[in-house]
Amino acid sequence: MAQNLICIVCPRGCHLTIDENKNVSGNSCPRGVNYAINEITCPKRILTSTVKLVSKSLARLPVITSEEIDKNIIFDVMKELNKVEVKAPIKMHEIIIKNVLNTGVNIISTREIIE
Amino acid sequence: MYDIIIIGAGVIGSFIARELAKYEANILILEKENDVGNVTSMANSAIVHSGYDPVPGTLKAKFNVLGNKQYKKVCEELDVKFLQTGSLTVAISEDQLTVLKDLEKRAHENGVEVKLLNEKEAKQMVPNLNNAVRGALYCPTAGVVDPFNLVVHAMENAIDNGVNLALNEEVINIKQIKDGYRIFTKNHQFDGNIIINATGINGETISDFVTAHHFDIKARKGEYYVLDHFDNNFLSMPIFPLPSEKGKGILMTPTSSLNYLVGPSSEFVDEKDDLSTDALTLKQIREQALLIMKDIPFNMTIRTFAGNRPTPSTHDFIIEKVNNHFINAVGIESPGLASAPAIGKYIADELVQEIIHLTIKQKYNPCVKKYPHPNMLSSQERKELIKTNPKYGHIICKCEGVSEQEILDVLERSCPPHSIKAIKKRVRAGFGRCQGGMCQPLVAKLLANYLKVDLSEINYDELGTQVAKFKTKAGDTDE
Amino acid sequence: MNKYNVVIIGGGSAGLSAAVKCYDLGVKNILVIEKEDFLGGILNQCIHNGFGLHEFKEQLSGPEYAYRFIEMIKKTDVEVKLNTMVTNVTKDKHVFYTNESEGFQEIEAQTIIFAMGCYEKNAGAIQLAGDRPVGIYTAGTAQKYLNAEGYLVGKKVFILGSGDIGLIMARRMTLEGAKVLGVAEIMPYSNGLNRNIVQCLNDFDIPLYLSHTVTNVIGKEKLEKIELSQVDDNLLPIKGTEKYFDVDVLLLSVGLIPITDLLKNLDIKINARTKGPVVNEHNETSIPGIFVAGNGLHVHDLVDYVSNEARLSAQGVYKFLNGNLHYNNALIVTKNENGIGYIVPQVVNYLNLDDKFVLKFRVTKPFKNVDIVVKADNQIIKKIFKLNLIPSEMENIEITKDLININTKEISVEVKER
Repeated sequence: MAQNLICIVCPRGCHLTIDENKNVSGNSCPRGVNYAINEITCPKRILTSTVKLVSKSLARLPVITSEEIDKNIIFDVMKELNKVEVKAPIKMHEIIIKNVLNTGVNIISTREIIE
Repeated sequence: MYDIIIIGAGVIGSFIARELAKYEANILILEKENDVGNVTSMANSAIVHSGYDPVPGTLKAKFNVLGNKQYKKVCEELDVKFLQTGSLTVAISEDQLTVLKDLEKRAHENGVEVKLLNEKEAKQMVPNLNNAVRGALYCPTAGVVDPFNLVVHAMENAIDNGVNLALNEEVINIKQIKDGYRIFTKNHQFDGNIIINATGINGETISDFVTAHHFDIKARKGEYYVLDHFDNNFLSMPIFPLPSEKGKGILMTPTSSLNYLVGPSSEFVDEKDDLSTDALTLKQIREQALLIMKDIPFNMTIRTFAGNRPTPSTHDFIIEKVNNHFINAVGIESPGLASAPAIGKYIADELVQEIIHLTIKQKYNPCVKKYPHPNMLSSQERKELIKTNPKYGHIICKCEGVSEQEILDVLERSCPPHSIKAIKKRVRAGFGRCQGGMCQPLVAKLLANYLKVDLSEINYDELGTQVAKFKTKAGDTDE
Repeated sequence: MNKYNVVIIGGGSAGLSAAVKCYDLGVKNILVIEKEDFLGGILNQCIHNGFGLHEFKEQLSGPEYAYRFIEMIKKTDVEVKLNTMVTNVTKDKHVFYTNESEGFQEIEAQTIIFAMGCYEKNAGAIQLAGDRPVGIYTAGTAQKYLNAEGYLVGKKVFILGSGDIGLIMARRMTLEGAKVLGVAEIMPYSNGLNRNIVQCLNDFDIPLYLSHTVTNVIGKEKLEKIELSQVDDNLLPIKGTEKYFDVDVLLLSVGLIPITDLLKNLDIKINARTKGPVVNEHNETSIPGIFVAGNGLHVHDLVDYVSNEARLSAQGVYKFLNGNLHYNNALIVTKNENGIGYIVPQVVNYLNLDDKFVLKFRVTKPFKNVDIVVKADNQIIKKIFKLNLIPSEMENIEITKDLININTKEISVEVKER
C-alpha cells in the first residue's frame, strides 16, 4: 500500500508518495526520498527548545539538536533540557549537552549571549 | 473605629473621599476590585456632559450643571487631561428639529448655555456629519476627560491628604453597632461611625444590608468601539443623536487621548458583571452611528468593550441620608462622570456636616504632585528631562510612546497600580493598536521587578489573573 | 545636528539585510536604529528552525539566521544604536529618536529605510465576541513569554487561526507541558505551511478545525471556555454546530499588519490590501528618498524573501544618493486582477529598471492547475503554469525589461483556470 506524506524538510512541503518497495515520488529534491523512507521506518525530527539561562536580560537560551533525533524520544530529551542551567557568556553553537541520552547527538546553543 | 467609611472607589467614592479629605477625620475607603475606578467609571463614554438634557429639578440636572462648572479647576488640581470641546446633538429629520427646540428650552431651564445651529452651521463646525443632518444643538461647555486618571488622581489626592484605601475588600455584610456600623469583608471587619455607600451598580445590595429595600438598580450594558488615532481632525467634539428613554443614544466622540469611541448600545443584563460583546450589537452600533456621522473608518477599530451602567428604579441619582450613620450615593448613571465633583462636594460639605461637624485641615492640599509627560514636552525640555533621568528615554510601549520611567513614576505614587491593567489605565501602555501584544511582557517584568516578586505572580487585573502563570524548566512543569 | 546618508529604522531581518547591502554598494554614513538591546528583531524569539534555505542554502533557527547578519554587520562600519526608539520622522527626512544615553535627538538623513516589521492582529482588531477575561494572547506574545522569559501563559490551550506562528506555538507549548486542544481556521484551507501542519499538529495529534471559528469566549476574570462554531461559505457561523472547550488560554494567530505609525505624519499612501505603503520598483514610497523594507512593506511568508527584498531597498538608496532615480515619466502601474489579492510594487518606473524586476503577490484563495498570466497593456507577456497556489504563500514573478517598453502603462496579473 502506497502512503501519502507531506515532506517537512523545507518550507516547500512537497506531497510525497511512498510505496511498499520504498519508491518515492512527488519529491522535488533528493532529501524528500530520505525523509519519506525515514518517516515510515523510523521518523526523525530536529528538536528546538530552550534551557535555563542566567544572564542580565534573557532567562532562556535557545538550543537545537545537532542532528535529527528519533521522534519518539522528543519528550525524553525535553526532560533532559529541563535539568540544565547555563550562565552567560555563551558562544554560538556551544555544546550544552553532549551526547544527549546516548543518541550521539549534541544539544547546542543557537544564540550568542554576551555580557 | 473610623469616623467615615466609604464603600466603593469608583469616580463617586473617590471624589467623596477627596472632598472629605479636607476635614479632620479618620477616613477609610473600601474597594472590592484590585484597582480604583475599575467598573463603571472605567467603561463609559468619558464625556463631561453640559447638563442640557436632564429633566429640570432632578438631582441629575443639578449635579451635572454644577459638576461641569467645576471640571476645569478640578482637572487642573488633579493633573488630568480635560478638553472642553463642546458637543453637538443633531437632528436628522425636519421632525427632529422641533425636538431640538424643546431641548434648547430645557437647557435654558437648567441654566446651560446652548446654541441652535442650522444645517450649514452644524456642518461647518463638524464637516463629517451625515448629510441627513438638518440642524444641531451646540453645547459649548461639554468636554471629554481621561476617566482613568480622573479617578486615580482624585483617590491619590485623598490619600495624600490622609484617607486610607483598602483594595480587594468586597463587603459581604454590614451590621449595626453602637455609634455606627460594622462592615464585614471576606477577611476583615471595619467599624465606622458614618458609612457612605458609593457602590454604583451594586448600590442596592449594600443599602439593603442597612435599611429596608427601597430602590432597585439594574445593569444596562453598553458596547463600544474604540478606534485608533487616525486623524485628529476627523471629529473635534462628541456628536449625539436625540436622546430617548434609553439614554443618550449611539454617539461618536473623540477621547482625551485622541482616539474615537462609538457607542454605547443600551441593553438590560441580568448579571451586573456581564461585560461581553456580541457581533449583532456591534453591527447595530455601526449602523446607528452612520446615521449621524459619515465615513466612520471602522477598519481602524483597535478594541471593542462593554461597560455596565446602573439604572435606578427612581429614574434619578440616589443621593440620600438614610439615617445619621448611613448615606447612599448610588445609581449614578450618566451624567455621573460630569456630576462626580459636585456630588463629592455636596456629600462632604453638606450631608456629612449635617451629621457631624468636621473642621478643616490645616495642611490640606487640593493638588496632586505633577509628574513629567515626556510626550507633551518640547524637544529641548524632553532632552533635559532624559538627562536628569535616562529612563524617560527608554520607550516601553511603542504604539503610545510610553517610557519606562513613566511606568516607574506611577508605581511610586500614592495610589499605585498593582496590575498590568492598572498600569495601562494610568500611562496608556498597551492601549494602542497592538493592544499590549508587544509591551505586555515588558510591563509585566517591570512590575515584577518593582514588587520584587516572580513574573508568575503578576496579575492582569483582579487577584488570580496571572498572565504568565507557569514557570518552565524549573522541574515544576506539572504545576 | 548629525547627518547620515541613510538611516535604517529597525534592526531586524529587513533592516540588517538593507544595511549590509548599502555598505556593500559603497554607501557611507549608515545608521541602524533598533528599539531592543539586541539586533535581529523578532527572529530571536523564533527559536524553531526552517529559516535560511534560500539565503544560506541550509536550515537555521531564527536566532542563528539573525546571527549570520549580525556577524556581517560587525565587519562593516555601519553605526548601530540599540535601545533606541524613533518617535517621529518629518517630510524633509529629519529623524527624532530617544534613548537613555543621548536623550532626545534629531538627526538629518539623506534617505530613510523603514524596516519596522509588523504587529499581530489581536482580539480587538478581529472584534472577538464574548467576555474580556485574561488568557487571550497573540501567538507572538505567548512566544515571547515562553522563549525569552520562560513562562507558559497557560496549560489548556486553543488556537484561533492557522498562521505559522500559531502552529509553531502549538508544538512549543506542547513540548513544554501544555495541552493544545485544537487549532481553528475560519477558511476551508490552512494558512500555515504544510510542513508545520505535519510537524507541529499531526506529530502531537492536535486537531485542525477548518471552516471553524471561535464565536464566544466565556470567563469573567479568567478564560474558562471557548465556543467553536463551523462557518458556512460566507464565513458566517452555522447555528447548532457549537462545540465547547475548557481552556485557560486562547492564542490568536489571525494575521500580521505592517507597522506604519511613523509614516502617518508623512501623508504616505497606504495600500488598503497590504496595509503597507504604496511603493515603486525600489520599494520607495511616494516621498522620494523614503524607502520601506520587510514586513513593514507587506507581510512575507519566509524571512529569506525579506532579506532579499530589503536589498532592493538598499539599491534604491544607492541610486537615490547618486541622483539616479526617476519619478515622473515612464510610470507603469501594476494591477491585481482575477484571483490576485495584491501586487508589490504598485508602481514601476521603466527608467529605473536595470534588466529586470520582480512582481510579488498573493492569491485570494487556493487554486490548482492554473496559469498565472501577466499582461502589459492587455498583451500577454508571461504565462506560468502552477500546480498549486495558496494565499499563505507569496508568489514571485520575474519580469525582464525586454518584455515591456518605455510606453507601457499598466502591468496586470491574473489567475486563469486551464
